[in-house]
Amino acid sequence: MLSKRVIPCLDVRNGKLTKGVKFKGNIDIGDPVETARIYYEEGADEIVFYDITASSEGRGIMLDVVDKVASKIFIPFSVGGGITTVDDMRAVLLAGAEKISVNSAAVKNPDIVSQGAAAFGSQCIVVGMDVKSVPVSETIPSGYEIVIHGGRKFMGLDALDWAKTVEALGAGEICLNSIDADGTKEGYELTLTRLISENVGIPVIASGGAGAPAPQADALTQGKASAALIASIVHYGEYTIPQIKKYLSGEGVKVREVW
Amino acid sequence: MLAILDYKAGNQTSVRRALDHLGIPCRITNDPDQLASSLGIIFPGVGAAGQAMDELTRTGLDTLLKRQVDAGKPLLGICVGCQILLDYSPENDTKALGIIPGECLMFNRALRDEDGAPIRVPHMGWNRLSLEKPCEILDGIEPEAEFYFVHSYYPNPDPAFVLATTSYGVRFCSLHGRPGLWAVQFHPEKSGRPGLKLLSNFYEYCRRLGHAQ
Repeated sequence: MLSKRVIPCLDVRNGKLTKGVKFKGNIDIGDPVETARIYYEEGADEIVFYDITASSEGRGIMLDVVDKVASKIFIPFSVGGGITTVDDMRAVLLAGAEKISVNSAAVKNPDIVSQGAAAFGSQCIVVGMDVKSVPVSETIPSGYEIVIHGGRKFMGLDALDWAKTVEALGAGEICLNSIDADGTKEGYELTLTRLISENVGIPVIASGGAGAPAPQADALTQGKASAALIASIVHYGEYTIPQIKKYLSGEGVKVREVW
Repeated sequence: MLAILDYKAGNQTSVRRALDHLGIPCRITNDPDQLASSLGIIFPGVGAAGQAMDELTRTGLDTLLKRQVDAGKPLLGICVGCQILLDYSPENDTKALGIIPGECLMFNRALRDEDGAPIRVPHMGWNRLSLEKPCEILDGIEPEAEFYFVHSYYPNPDPAFVLATTSYGVRFCSLHGRPGLWAVQFHPEKSGRPGLKLLSNFYEYCRRLGHAQ
């Protein structure tokens, strides 16, 4: 039986973590490569890097990070942020990442999803979706709307329609981020997670807001997600990945327990 | 020295990085002499079976691979490299290498997982192996260990060649072959410590055989 995945997400700017990650003994590590290696050793099932560098110079630095990560960790990892062309995708994959993720770039230019899937296979293409809860309307029948720019810009796209669209375009996976839940640590948006998971045939990664393992268990069971993205819960040393997995396993969630 | 077969449908660099990490000497190559003089060949693959076979036949590597296997050279096929060792794949209606009898099948989306939900295709993520026959490349790996899979088609070899199976809506063959000729549907180079152990077991087998010869 396929295990549910626990995936730490690291934000990188100019080759450094945007927030230092606190490990045991409060050792603050700003190096994404070393941090990824530690999470790999601790049993992360996959790692997501989100590059928030704006400059093209920074992009070269990120490729260097990807290359170093690929030589140190032997699990899949993905890279997102600033990828807008098939050439951008190719560069990241050649540097050693398994997957690339596109978010606002796909909203602005949906062809990037089909072009990427045709060039590298669907399994390489993750579409990130930032979603906000809105009143149900004719354009947004699900009551969930796609937003970009950190939730500041509403795109007039229904989240459920968009999920089905990207699947049809060839996305291999959806990373679903609830802007409402993000950072609140109150838990994933379960209704949204379940709505999308039940209506697409590709895996859904639940993202946005889990400060304790219980909401993750909910997202993976009631929400029917295939994976849970985690950030501050592990970065600030509140829980370790083995603790989270042990909790999930105790709740009857099948996770990878030997690594 | 292990040879990692160089052809356009491969994920050669991931395999090379894993072997480098293990300190196993290796070379990415399609040179017949280098393949012949290697201790063993790793035959990687991502992408579609059709493209992979086209590339192998265009370059003549198909015949070369068969000859090496016939001559007793150890071979490890990975993912698409595992599938096209069989006779046929319905992916792109592909006549494959025919080194191991059998064919590939596609996951049926109507299948249901243990929770009763329809399976998602591709089968992507971590899953266990259930051993059907003793298999030395799994030596020292815990039975609960999991491996990383990404695929929509799976091998269905002659039952005599099934070494391990995995459950995903259906129980399918995830490791097939015989001593010295192994094919894994999962990616050992992306499966953490158990995957690295499998690669080093393969190398140790090749070394022992090399010394014996």
